[in-house]
Amino acid sequence: MAEYTIKVRRFQPESGEGPYWEKFDVDLDPSLSVLDGLLQAKDRDDGSLAVRCSCRAAICGSCGMKINGQSGLGCKTQIGEAQELADKQASATGKGGKGNSIVIEPMGNMPVIKDLVTDMESTHWAKIRRVTPWLLPHGEPPEREYVVEPESMIDITQSMACIQCGACVSSCLSMEADHDFIGPAALAKAYRFVGDPRDAETHERLHDLADDPHGIYDCTHCFSCIDACPKGVAPMDQIMRLRRKAGEQGIEDPNSGHDHEMAFVKIIEKKGTLDESLLLQESFAPGFKGKLKPSKRAIREMLGSIPTAIRGIKTGKMRSLHKLIPGVHPKLPDQDDVKAIYAHAEEHNEEFNLYIKGEEGELAEEDVEKGIERSTDPDTPQEVKNG
Amino acid sequence: MSVGIISKVHPVRSHSNAAQGGINAALNPGDSWESHAFDTIKGSDYLGDQDAVEIMTREAPEEILHLEHLGVTFHRNEEGKLGTRAFGGASAARTYYVADITGQAIMHVLYEQLMKYSEQIARYEEWFCSSLAIDENGECCGVVTRNVADGSMELFQAKSVILCTGGNGMVWKPSTNALICTGDGIAMAYRAGAKLMDMEMIQYHPTTLAGKGFLITEGARGEGAHLLNANGERFMEKYAPNKMELASRDVVSRAEQTEINEGRGFPDGTVALDITVVPKKRVHEALREIVLVGRDFAGVDITREPIHIKPGNHYTMGGVKTDVDGRTDIPGLYSAGETACVSVHGGNRLGANSLLDTLIFGKRSGRDAAARAKRTDYAHVSRKVLEDEEAMIADIVGREKGSGRRISEIKLELGQTMDAKVAVFRDEAGITEALEVVRRLKEEAKTAYIDDHGSVFNQDLLAAIELGYMLDNAECTCVAALERKESRGAQYRTDFPERNDEEWLKHIDLEQTDDGPEISYSEVTITQWEPQERTY
Repeated sequence: MAEYTIKVRRFQPESGEGPYWEKFDVDLDPSLSVLDGLLQAKDRDDGSLAVRCSCRAAICGSCGMKINGQSGLGCKTQIGEAQELADKQASATGKGGKGNSIVIEPMGNMPVIKDLVTDMESTHWAKIRRVTPWLLPHGEPPEREYVVEPESMIDITQSMACIQCGACVSSCLSMEADHDFIGPAALAKAYRFVGDPRDAETHERLHDLADDPHGIYDCTHCFSCIDACPKGVAPMDQIMRLRRKAGEQGIEDPNSGHDHEMAFVKIIEKKGTLDESLLLQESFAPGFKGKLKPSKRAIREMLGSIPTAIRGIKTGKMRSLHKLIPGVHPKLPDQDDVKAIYAHAEEHNEEFNLYIKGEEGELAEEDVEKGIERSTDPDTPQEVKNG
Repeated sequence: MSVGIISKVHPVRSHSNAAQGGINAALNPGDSWESHAFDTIKGSDYLGDQDAVEIMTREAPEEILHLEHLGVTFHRNEEGKLGTRAFGGASAARTYYVADITGQAIMHVLYEQLMKYSEQIARYEEWFCSSLAIDENGECCGVVTRNVADGSMELFQAKSVILCTGGNGMVWKPSTNALICTGDGIAMAYRAGAKLMDMEMIQYHPTTLAGKGFLITEGARGEGAHLLNANGERFMEKYAPNKMELASRDVVSRAEQTEINEGRGFPDGTVALDITVVPKKRVHEALREIVLVGRDFAGVDITREPIHIKPGNHYTMGGVKTDVDGRTDIPGLYSAGETACVSVHGGNRLGANSLLDTLIFGKRSGRDAAARAKRTDYAHVSRKVLEDEEAMIADIVGREKGSGRRISEIKLELGQTMDAKVAVFRDEAGITEALEVVRRLKEEAKTAYIDDHGSVFNQDLLAAIELGYMLDNAECTCVAALERKESRGAQYRTDFPERNDEEWLKHIDLEQTDDGPEISYSEVTITQWEPQERTY
């Protein structure tokens, strides 16, 4: 048992007052959750403290909230860890000491209804409905099941793992700037259909999401949603997959993001470091063909980038000016090692999905790569650790 | 036809999420519905009604294919066809699954379909039901609800009402169940005069985390995990030499509790589940959710060390008595899923049969409810039922602070009492004591006060109403457990340790009276499987 102070941002809509902070002292084991702390405060001190919750085990998605400024689930955040973070944050701002209040707020990017209860319907769910969130298969279903690649189902199971808690939406910086951004949860949901081989509208879906100015190119790669997601859905990764697929299907990207990414990848593969003299050309006029007959857009973009380049030179951001001459940029001496990394990445491409690669990149290498299967024979004695 | 779905939480927050392991169906060419039916009936300790079990197991394959066509991302085998895993009490690997989020995947796909058909089906998300409306002919004609968002009360008129409100796990503490599982539908039907059945049959799941009660899926044992006592012995050898860890849940839970009671458990009152014997890649692919549960809620990396577990409250086999089309004793009132008791699970439910029960009998209830709606007219609904509910709420809100106990105190005493006295092992003295406590708590609940007097999201008030539901559920379970003087399935009476088919191969039905539940009996339907001795 340990004592904690939780500081809750409260709002009682019927009081006529604005939001206010209230502190509650709670007493529980550090391994219990922030939600357990809130429920103790509710049970003992004030039953009017409103918080949605149900499963307590991070599967129902009810208790999205901000804890010490970070979006997540109340039930999945241990109160002891929340205390450590609160103390760390306090020392970073020079306050220091132990036992600082754990700060709990309703989720961001959504209107607050009461205390920690937000209006998910008008924000989160409206955005989910925006992506046509149901399977659109070809014609009549088969007599038996659809036969599909086994990996394809595992692949989309990562976005199926989404519990619609809204933590990613709460944390999304792009949405703070553009309220109309379709957002991480809905786009992860979209990938669940785009990646589903049973769905017949892949191209239409990608076009729809690419053409919308608040669609897949509105994400700024800030990683907030990946940090916030309690289920390892990694919404940003799903958005990047949507972009890649859109690029593969030749769908024009107003930011040329896909071509830019491909140019980056190609140059590094060739030279080991980034040759900036080629980056712009390769992004807008890729390959020999692109340079032989550049598109109007390529010419416009290249000309349009000249002022930026001049500004870069003036402010000293671009220094090795001779490297701007194509062909001057040297190759890295041990370029073969770089190529080996590419080959490895290519081979293990599917492991970028959490359901395949395991927890935090920890692949059971001895099991998988060397083909050693652990015995499941009941007669094989197993080491037992007590405690 | 106009259809509305009323749910006290947003539908995707519902507890079917927690069904991790999968859903059973005899879909493989080498398997048969008869085998699935026999396993279910044997699992039920012969208390399941065999006509209902036949329907469920025959219709199962079609239902799996239907879900697959709607978009559920079921696991595939190497040929790209639906793949299966092994589960407890089953004679074939017939459990279809999505990693260990099967219930979640199914429910979210069904919600996708609700969004698709939003023109045809109205959704009332976060509306709380407080009672059923019954007309002068004794037929169900609607429900009284409270809109959680603003506290307004509404009487929904309906030609058919289907109760699918889940089980009553919150009556026990700890429980694997979600906080919303307070037996609402069971209590509402009981108060309206419908019969309840098999209320003594409460499943304790063999693998739950000590203290918090979180579930570790049976899929773990399906994938080959072992149960070990503190001496490192694989103790299931003694209790179920053939099926070992994959015996029926009641059998495994009793074995664990025996080990713990006889001093071969760990000091924290647990035994160990060893998942390290399952290949790591397979664990990450098929048991990812419990890797997270182990890490986040127990601080254990299940791929490296055994995790401490114990039997914990998990499932309500009993419930509102229905026929195979979901019809209760009250015309117009239907029930399906954990709320209902058809009965397909009898004394003990097999793993991966709960989603199936819900889907099959949910579908059948829906069809019959629709047919009834087409052939009947709206009944006259008296506004009195709405006024009664408003008065009930005004009474709760009007109680003065400190006038009685806090709702949370009563809930805690109820949960702890039930877990101590009406759990894996039961006897007359313990159940009687629990019943006395429940009846005292029912009195105390009448004066229990709440803090929140507002209209918007008044969860305090809803908790007070839920407490009433829980106490009715608890009383019924105690009465039925006291009545059944034998051991069958989840009901193990240390004072009557044998199964007694001669006297007790029958259901216990309960009906509300002013003096508490009135007991009657109904026959168990037997089609082709005569009761046998049950070993695994």
